[in-house]
Amino acid sequence: MENLIEYAPLLFRGAVITLFLALASLVMATLLGGLGAMGKISGGRIMRFMVFAYTSIVRGVPDLVLILLIYFGGQRLINIAGKAMGVDYIELSKFWAGVAAIGFIYGAYLTETFRGAYMTVPAGQREAAMSMGMRPFQVLRAVTLPQLIRFALPGYANVWQVLIKSTAVVSVIGLEDLVGLANDAGKSVREPFLFFTAVFFVYLFFTWVSQSIFNAAERRYALKEHGDAV
Amino acid sequence: MRFDLILKNWELFADGMWMTLQLTVLSLAIGFCIALPFGLIRAKSNGLGSKLINVYVYAFRGTPLLVQLYLIYYGLSQFEWVRESFAWVILRDAWWCALIAFSLNSGAYATEIIRGAVQSVPEGELEAAKSLGLSPFNVTRLVLIPSALRRALPQYGNEVVFMLQGSVVASIITIQDILGVGRTLNARYYLAYEGFLTAAVLYMALAFTMVFIFRQLEKRYLGYLKVSR
Repeated sequence: MENLIEYAPLLFRGAVITLFLALASLVMATLLGGLGAMGKISGGRIMRFMVFAYTSIVRGVPDLVLILLIYFGGQRLINIAGKAMGVDYIELSKFWAGVAAIGFIYGAYLTETFRGAYMTVPAGQREAAMSMGMRPFQVLRAVTLPQLIRFALPGYANVWQVLIKSTAVVSVIGLEDLVGLANDAGKSVREPFLFFTAVFFVYLFFTWVSQSIFNAAERRYALKEHGDAV
Repeated sequence: MRFDLILKNWELFADGMWMTLQLTVLSLAIGFCIALPFGLIRAKSNGLGSKLINVYVYAFRGTPLLVQLYLIYYGLSQFEWVRESFAWVILRDAWWCALIAFSLNSGAYATEIIRGAVQSVPEGELEAAKSLGLSPFNVTRLVLIPSALRRALPQYGNEVVFMLQGSVVASIITIQDILGVGRTLNARYYLAYEGFLTAAVLYMALAFTMVFIFRQLEKRYLGYLKVSR
């Protein structure tokens, strides 16, 4: 137990890295998901096919396989490009390789979430807003988006909960995140059970806090009936 | 691109696929055996048992599968009484540890799925069965469980694909599943990505096959719900 207290600052640093990794991946996934949903809704045939290929291929490949592919394959590409341009060895960042892989995967899931939410907003409302003389951007901001957020929130929360657990496997390429650091520390003091139990509870804490945040957000964006308390 | 080396070693990948399928199917089966009673208890009672099951479900759904696997494979060896017990034969073996971790994980997810499905069975179906004079046990066995399992199919199909993809972490503890073989070949021939790319294609093929199978099952067993809608 004293070992765990001694290593607590180290584990805390790992937990911060894990959290940043998850948040950066979520930002990337949200951007890709938004672009994908736009492509699927208003793109032409080629655009729609590209998004279809993206969402179906990515959802068939396990996260760890994609992380290894991006990290080692990407390093090889950088080496080849570096040699061609006469630059010295450039090392691919483990953190950003992880963000790229996880963001890429969950962007595919969010594409479906956003598209589904967009379809739930009745087209009549957009048409009504346009007939009032609102410009497309105003329609999006004042009519579509507020409702889209409401419909997309439960799915978005689900994706986040899966995404944050997915960050654990980035430790496999040697990132010093919570799992990676706990693995090293636990083995060096010969108390792996203790250290992984700590990791277990940190992840439980993360998922519990995010659930509370999303529940609050869902209440905030819920449809307010007449007479409901705000 | 050295895919000739991959082709030359196709037998390793065949073994890897068998390993992945074996682990996935066995853990799903054991997980299902855990989930059926647990899911029924969760849906039907609010007592201490139900609360304890909820703790299990919450803990395993709220943490990464990799951490659960590390806890069992690396963690348990910390205790001397584990190393000296008869269970050590099993617990020092990577394959058994993976099977235990995956089964417990799948059991937790499937419990939630079955709980939801049991609660979605219309009360009328159960009342109709009762009015025919079936005992509570027979109502559960002949009406509630079959109806709930049909309703659980779409979500359970997701869980199957999730477990298949989750099983890649077995390769981290040296098991030669699909990804394990890909990593071995990469290391043997100093390849950067060919082994991973092959693994990705194989996982994709397996995932699509499972999705297809569940689509057919849904058509067969859930068709009647679609018509009435």
